Amino acid sequence: MLQARNRMSAVQSRQSAGSTQSPERTSVLLRELVAHLRQNRTQLREEWARRITEAKLLTAMSNEEVFAEATSVYDNYVEALETGTFEALQAYARNLSERIIPRGVETHEVVGIVLLLRDVLARSLFAKYQADFTKLDRILDAYEPAANRIANTVAVGFVQERERVIRQQQEAIRELSTPVLQVRERLLILPIIGVIDPQRARQLTEQLLRGIRSNRAKVVVIDITGVAAMDATVANHLVQTVEASRLLGATVIVTGLSPEIAQTIVNIGVDLGKMNTVGDLQGGIEQAERLLGYKVVPIAETPVQAPGGSETWRSQS
Amino acid sequence: MEDDIQVPIRSDQDIVLARHKGRSLAASLNFTSGEATLIATAISELARNIVTYAKKGVIRLKVINGGSNGHGIQVVAQDEGPGIADLDQALRDGFSTSGSLGLGLPGVRRLVDEFRIESKRNRGTTVTVTKWRTGNGALVTH
Amino acid sequence: MEIPILRQGRVLIATLQAAVPDVDLMRLRTNLVQEVVRGRSQGVIVDVTAVDVMDSFASRVLQDLAHMIRLRGAETVIVGIQPEVAFAMVQLGLRLENVATALDLEEGMDYLNRKFKTTA
Repeated sequence: MLQARNRMSAVQSRQSAGSTQSPERTSVLLRELVAHLRQNRTQLREEWARRITEAKLLTAMSNEEVFAEATSVYDNYVEALETGTFEALQAYARNLSERIIPRGVETHEVVGIVLLLRDVLARSLFAKYQADFTKLDRILDAYEPAANRIANTVAVGFVQERERVIRQQQEAIRELSTPVLQVRERLLILPIIGVIDPQRARQLTEQLLRGIRSNRAKVVVIDITGVAAMDATVANHLVQTVEASRLLGATVIVTGLSPEIAQTIVNIGVDLGKMNTVGDLQGGIEQAERLLGYKVVPIAETPVQAPGGSETWRSQS
Repeated sequence: MEDDIQVPIRSDQDIVLARHKGRSLAASLNFTSGEATLIATAISELARNIVTYAKKGVIRLKVINGGSNGHGIQVVAQDEGPGIADLDQALRDGFSTSGSLGLGLPGVRRLVDEFRIESKRNRGTTVTVTKWRTGNGALVTH
Repeated sequence: MEIPILRQGRVLIATLQAAVPDVDLMRLRTNLVQEVVRGRSQGVIVDVTAVDVMDSFASRVLQDLAHMIRLRGAETVIVGIQPEVAFAMVQLGLRLENVATALDLEEGMDYLNRKFKTTA
């Protein structure tokens, strides 16, 4: 497209490109352009859909679906050109992205089809105004900035939606990997495994606090047996988690504290004696049950009076 | 598009207004509820410092675009009060320090992502804090 | 606006709204102490379920309140701190030391009743 225009500049002595065109003239030309695009909607849309298939884009979708989306995109495109506002287009781009991302459509495809549409429309403008270079030049001056902005808007909308989905998935993965388990009434267990970075630590705390509230937990056992190491920042998060839980009326028991982590906690200035710690998870649960007033009673072997007077020890079933 | 919300701070009612505006702004940018609470709390502390030590000042709220970082809220707490004599002391961080002592600045710093302070004796104090959005929700701007 | 104080047996209950002006909070502190003395109450519950931001000032007032009430022989429980508020508070370093806390009104009453039993 650029080469063709350069040739025209050689033929016609003109002034610089579009920026010197007055806004009124631009809008007049855009109106003419939009009228042309509306008039030729059917064939331009078909041409575009054909080129999409040729370029092997949107292969995840059927031909009918491609045509249906092509129609929507085309109409939104023309409307954006007409109104000069992009909110509707942004909303459509988000909506489109929400629908096609789960289908596996990728960024290069979305960018590709929008650029193809831009080309198809530009070509049709060449065809229409080829007899009048000046007019063509001016129409392109009006068209190009708008078309580029549209391409940009759709592409950016798609990318942002993808990023949002990825963040959501990451959040879900993080939540799944740290379940807050309710094992008894009023007792929650939070087993932590693996590496904790500050962001995950913060997310854990928030999750736990919400869990305390929704489960009305009075005791929480946080088991860090599976945590190899902890830096000072994360150790702080642990301490803050204990303190925040207390504000919600819950007592925290920390189990599985390795000597290294215990040292880290002491180093950040926390009095370990003030923290409720137990060696292992089992011990922690037992202490939690004591705190809650549960008494675990083993099924005892009790004496049973046998006929004949002698005592026989028999276990209760 | 930049939103510059200004709340003059003179009394404790203004503190409530400032943090309410902060929360609204955070909500409009799709911050999570928890993040909005952190922002509102930071605003509350900074505004309270103004009321307590400088008698009057202003809280400015701004939406900032961090490119790949996404969007964030910047809070500027500015006053023309007596200034902080010993900044190092005021910023000394002890995790076991109660926030009710002194200016609570180390505590405010923990609430936010970025923290900057300028203070000159008798010339006033300006604290600038920023919180970036990490939660979900697409934001498309012009 | 004055924060109303309800009496339920030996316990006084005060419920805070979302944004309580400083002067009202301080007046509540005074009123609660007076009421404890007058009614010979043994427990006070301050319900902060509706409070969306707890800053150092509010935290200090609540701590003072609990301290003053303890001096009069009664126990204070702060109930209903929201998870997000609790998170922000500990980031800020506000731990409400020496103040009992419970999840909600029911838990708060439960706590006080157990306390009464042991001290009775």
